[in-house]
Amino acid sequence: TVAKQTTEWLDTVSHSLFVCSQQKELTSKKRDEFEDILEERRLSSDLRYAMKCYTPVIYKGLSPCKPNAIKNAVLQSEQVQYVIKQLAKEMGESPDIIQEEATEILDEMGHSMQLGAVRFFAFTLSKIFKRLFQRVCVNEEGMQRLQHAIQEHPVVLLPSHRSYVDFLMLSYLLYTYDLALPVIAAGIDFLGMKIVGELLRRAGAFFMRRSFGGNRLYWAVFAEYVKTMLRSGYAPIEFFLEGTRSRTAKTLTPKFGLLSIVMEPFFKREVFDTYLVPISISYERILEESLYAYELLGVPKPKESTSGLLKARRILSDNFGTIHIYVGQPVSLRTLASGRINRCPYNLVPRHLPQKPSEDIQEFVSDVAYKMELLQIENMVLSPWVLVAAVLLQNLPAMDLELLIEKTLWLKGLTQTFGGFIEWPGNLCAKKAVVSGLTLHPNIARLVDGCVVLNDKGVEDGAVGEIVFKRALAVLLCATYRNQLLNVFVRPSLVAVALQMTRSFRKEEVYSCFSFLRDVFSDEFIFFPGISLKDFEEGCFLLTKCDAIQTSQQEIYPTDKGSVIVSFLSAMFRPFVEGYQLIFRYLSKETKEAFTEKQFIPGVRNFVFQLLEKGNTQCYEALSSDMQKNALAALVQLGAVKKKKVSNGFAYSVNQEAVNKILDMF
Amino acid sequence: RQELLKWNGWGYNDSKFIFNKKGQAEFTGKRYRLGGMVLPTFKEWIEKTFGASLEHKTTSRASLNVNDVPPSIVNEEFLQDLRATKISYSQDAEDRVFRAHGHCLHEIFVLREGMFKRIPDIVVWPVCHEDVVKIVELACKHNICIIPFGGGTSVSSALECPEEEKRTIVSLDTSQMNRILWIDEKNLTACVEAGIVGQDLEKQLAESGFCTGHEPDSMEFSSLGGWVATRASGMKKNIYGNIEDLVIHIKMVTPRGIVEKNCQVPRMSTGPDIHHFIMGSEGTLGVVTEVTIKIRPVPEYQKYGSVVFPNFERGVACLREVAKQRCAPASIRLVDNAQFQFGHALKPQVASIFTSFLDGLKKFYITKFKGFDPNILCVATLLFEGDREKVLQHEKQVYDIATKFGGLAAGEDNGQRGYMLTFVIAYIRDLGLDYYVIGESFETSVPWDRVLDLCRNVKERIVRECKERGVQFAPLSTCRVTQTYDAGACVYFYFAFNYRGISDPIHVYEQIERAAREEILANGGSLSHHHGVGKLRKHWMKESISDVGLGMLRSVKEYVDPNNIFGNKNLL
Repeated sequence: TVAKQTTEWLDTVSHSLFVCSQQKELTSKKRDEFEDILEERRLSSDLRYAMKCYTPVIYKGLSPCKPNAIKNAVLQSEQVQYVIKQLAKEMGESPDIIQEEATEILDEMGHSMQLGAVRFFAFTLSKIFKRLFQRVCVNEEGMQRLQHAIQEHPVVLLPSHRSYVDFLMLSYLLYTYDLALPVIAAGIDFLGMKIVGELLRRAGAFFMRRSFGGNRLYWAVFAEYVKTMLRSGYAPIEFFLEGTRSRTAKTLTPKFGLLSIVMEPFFKREVFDTYLVPISISYERILEESLYAYELLGVPKPKESTSGLLKARRILSDNFGTIHIYVGQPVSLRTLASGRINRCPYNLVPRHLPQKPSEDIQEFVSDVAYKMELLQIENMVLSPWVLVAAVLLQNLPAMDLELLIEKTLWLKGLTQTFGGFIEWPGNLCAKKAVVSGLTLHPNIARLVDGCVVLNDKGVEDGAVGEIVFKRALAVLLCATYRNQLLNVFVRPSLVAVALQMTRSFRKEEVYSCFSFLRDVFSDEFIFFPGISLKDFEEGCFLLTKCDAIQTSQQEIYPTDKGSVIVSFLSAMFRPFVEGYQLIFRYLSKETKEAFTEKQFIPGVRNFVFQLLEKGNTQCYEALSSDMQKNALAALVQLGAVKKKKVSNGFAYSVNQEAVNKILDMF
Repeated sequence: RQELLKWNGWGYNDSKFIFNKKGQAEFTGKRYRLGGMVLPTFKEWIEKTFGASLEHKTTSRASLNVNDVPPSIVNEEFLQDLRATKISYSQDAEDRVFRAHGHCLHEIFVLREGMFKRIPDIVVWPVCHEDVVKIVELACKHNICIIPFGGGTSVSSALECPEEEKRTIVSLDTSQMNRILWIDEKNLTACVEAGIVGQDLEKQLAESGFCTGHEPDSMEFSSLGGWVATRASGMKKNIYGNIEDLVIHIKMVTPRGIVEKNCQVPRMSTGPDIHHFIMGSEGTLGVVTEVTIKIRPVPEYQKYGSVVFPNFERGVACLREVAKQRCAPASIRLVDNAQFQFGHALKPQVASIFTSFLDGLKKFYITKFKGFDPNILCVATLLFEGDREKVLQHEKQVYDIATKFGGLAAGEDNGQRGYMLTFVIAYIRDLGLDYYVIGESFETSVPWDRVLDLCRNVKERIVRECKERGVQFAPLSTCRVTQTYDAGACVYFYFAFNYRGISDPIHVYEQIERAAREEILANGGSLSHHHGVGKLRKHWMKESISDVGLGMLRSVKEYVDPNNIFGNKNLL
């Protein structure tokens, strides 16, 4: 094991160059101040604001051009023409027909940004945002940094994704600050919405199909479209690393496709540099919260439709609190890549040929993706309510208000020690903050006789199944807020969990358990790839910092007062440990044959549901399809489940023995 | 010849840029067309470009301090043997220092302000092939290190003596082997001793009505042997070819013996061409003593020309088209805007009001009438050669292409001045050094489709690196495309900055140049188009030619020179 640890240590060292900047930021937390942009909107005319003289700051090398000119350039590009000719040859078709197809793809995909539409949005969004939100807070320094970045190099905006509001808000923000409006990669589903889809298109959205791995023409056209806009500095390119809205408010593991596309022009030195800008958008109350909870429980997400949108109007009368948008420091891709990329592969093949990225490059893209997500997490504002939710979930079904306040305050201190970014509104006393959280989230919890009670109305009267469903809904809603804490807490907490699991004080043993947990939860939480030991040390460091543990060369042991922290932390992650246990149990016992994801989710849901009904478990979160998918993915990665591509997706087959072995380790 | 040349700078003693009593720039001497002329706008350009000022001056020491020079340590037995051969030699300090360096910035800086740690112990002047054979035999016998020395114009640290060399170092100066041995008019070849300097070769051939047409920018000083040893390239390669196209036969003395071929033929299929082991070997294998080179009748007619383009992108596109149609004139070069302005600053005072009026009119036409932005436009200079009729025809073809890319003919004069500047530009560095400005040029070759990206990125990288390393004034970072090929181009960068406020300017300079080279390689450019590798760029050899490639070169070295007699440590 010594040898193994040594090699791991070496791995860590080799990686540490890359993450050290991250580390530095962690110790020197200096964050910008926020400004409320709605304040100004409440004071002056929205119409005048929408019609204001808009002369955005743009990229220094940009020669302005129309959206159609870009499409033409893409169509005529060597890259696309090459693929067209190839396909024509292979399929024995005339290139004209394929070219026609490419044109159609482009027309479906392309944005057609127009100032008129932008002004329309500026006006209506002003109205809507003012009704929905109390405040929209932005770090102005971040906007200034962004302004410089936009002039200097092509910029890629990488916001977190919790709500459809994200991209509307971001464009609105850039318009407010007179910056070039971004073009936004949006899912093709939006085009299903009449009028709205076209409106979004005019506001700068371009549309990508959900999966087009096999379609070479589509891939070529799409990649070239994005790259053409990036190379020319036409507009900042915006997309979501997470690929979709996180239904759990937990950061999703990154998708690499689009990121590798926007990085390529730099790899090929078609641009001098590219700025990646992590942006953290956090909501005090998420617009889609109940939709998400239903969806996680298997009530399908309604298709995007205009009438659906109109029906959702009623939410306009609701209050969704404050939004915090933190525009992070632009990260220079050139700096990230320095010393990491072997340039040879790009020098030996003409640059317009489609080229599968080397393993080096793939690893680099993945590292960058994780780094950007970690930066998003670092700057994500946490509201007091998030702390309340975390405390409440450990004290179900009801909790004394005073105790809740006390615990919340305690958790605030701990969160700050761990580097969490808490915005405590005004200088509100703890009680007011907790109560105002309760007021904002009446659907989750309410105050009854000095007790805070989870709002699972209708529990008393109804069938057992219904009671379980209602309770699950409330728990998942509440968890959505606790989840925002998890990525800040995950390293020290997994050390705490490992301490409890191993019941040992030997560092080596605790580390090996930590490392196992980290692997198991690699899809659940965001870990920078390959630095298990470093994560462990960070976890230990943070626990030492809050006096929860003491460490020596060989040993780790909780201090007397630390046991409170250690048990709180492990309780915080217990739903995941228990949930995974349940899901693994299902897989090891109930599945003999190969199955698809479509079969797996209802299967495991029923299994958990029955246990809940019988009262054999209290782990409601195991009903979450998100957790179920992550657990399955973890087993695939650990080699206990085989994933095979079949005609309509993937088929899984379980290696019972291996799953049992993993279960034993829990 | 040593007397005619500067000991601590470029070129002839009598030719240099100075500021005259009126504070105007002037070029001295009568050797160049610019000689004796006043350059009224040059001072302003220097001040504007570098933030330099005439008040802040550094001075080189006036002459070599002989006491600083490392002593000459030569084995007495070797000296006895050497005397017996009657080959002339010297252990004089000045002679040895003169051959201890090339013309890299750091080398000139050392001459002005310091001293080399290691220099040759003795200089020998063989006068013929046989002399070289004797010297190499003696060196092998006494285990002595030989560093061949031709024109001394290296810009790759190739002539620097390895500091750790413990053996006696002999500088083998080929300058006395400078005869044309014969001219073969039937086959149009000439056999020439390798020490001959470019301009002498052309002058002497011209007496018989011939030329080689090989004109590297250093041709006033560089030698035939040096060209072979570094794989040189000439300005007019489009007609005459580069050195590898010109050479028919090479005779080289190595510690293993003499390497040569059995015939002088245009081409042969006898395994890998041994000439290609020799060309670019940078003095690591032996001494080139005699070269048979192709000659051509001196062209009947020469005509310069120039074209203005609205921007660099259009200019490059035009050059690419010219290359594609394979109609490149003897020389075609494209300078970027910064270099265009630089060239403009070197315009001498005009003789008459009429010319100045004409200049004004031209400027008006280009900037106002044609809408060229003087801060973006760029210029191509052209040189046509051949018989008169064909030249005129050729000229029309090239200008027609240029028109398609928005180019405007800008006159013979501008073209001619452009080429003249090629020779005087090297003198400017010495002027800069007097005013805290250091600079250098470096080159690369690159495929056509990457030319623009490479130029932009390298220039930008230089600017950024300067900023990051504390250079307080914006640098001059400029480039030109100097050669066109079927598959790509040769690009030249000039880079200079004002180093006031920096304690170790040479170190900073070297770091930036290194970063610039990294950038070139990352952009798909080569390690060198014609300057060679020397010791300056060795670091990247493995990356450039792969492990196996390097091993192949090493094994040749091991066979030819097992005791590392030719121990200048270049290349490998």
